[in-house]
Amino acid sequence: MDDIREALMLGRQSDGKPVRRPLSPHLQVYRPQITSVLSIMHRFSGMALAAGTLLLVAWLVAAASSPAAFARVQGFIASPIGWLLLFGWTAALYFHLLNGIRHLAWDLGCGFEKPEYHRSGWMVVIATAVLTVLTWIVGLAIW
Amino acid sequence: MTESALGQSGTHSRRVMRSSLALARGLGAAHSGVTHWWVQRLTAVALVPLSLWFIVAMLHLLGAGQPEVARWLQHPINAVLLLCLILASFQHMQLGLQVIIEDYVHNKLTQLATLLVMKAITLLLALSAIIAALKLAFSQ
Repeated sequence: MDDIREALMLGRQSDGKPVRRPLSPHLQVYRPQITSVLSIMHRFSGMALAAGTLLLVAWLVAAASSPAAFARVQGFIASPIGWLLLFGWTAALYFHLLNGIRHLAWDLGCGFEKPEYHRSGWMVVIATAVLTVLTWIVGLAIW
Repeated sequence: MTESALGQSGTHSRRVMRSSLALARGLGAAHSGVTHWWVQRLTAVALVPLSLWFIVAMLHLLGAGQPEVARWLQHPINAVLLLCLILASFQHMQLGLQVIIEDYVHNKLTQLATLLVMKAITLLLALSAIIAALKLAFSQ
């Protein structure tokens, strides 16, 4: 216990056994809902996209360095790991983009009714899947 | 944004003692935060069309060699849009990562250090992308 606030986290069961109280927001007792899951996924996809900028910067810097360096980066992207990263990046980008539009609508005060944010949430999930698959079908057809 | 912020301060002024200058600035006790919120929304709105353009551009450049990428960036419209995308996305990214760090890193000193490292890395990445894009755009 290195923090005075932690004293409030300790309690006793009816038989006197000491227990550690659960930390808010009590994720372990709540059933996952579309609202909370998408909110968490918005953060995770944002972090994934931040990591993905490394690939974008590597791609640009290699293109600006030499054709040989560029070929190395293209080779990495065309490898199985590269494909997996690129697929994850596509899905994360579409999800963050679509859920971001949902957030912007909320900022304008729209879509706060329960049926509305449930419907928009599922629309984001479905649209992310459709657009990701569609982009890869187009991409593979071109490649 | 300005209107609603002033509107809220205006209604508060009848109950809360605040100077006229503080009301005009509308910054509140933390002196920041509105700008963070507003810039994150502005960059988000800009990134909607820019991201869609970028996906189409990347599909167009699939499997392209370095000379083709250079030729693509030599077109001024592509160069300008890519620079807009770089500026908006790295700004949006550092604002978002800042909130995550502030939420989960509780120790004040560790939090400050993490924030500074994150901002430094973001700046380095953004500058690398900008310089690379400009070099390609001005290449022959």
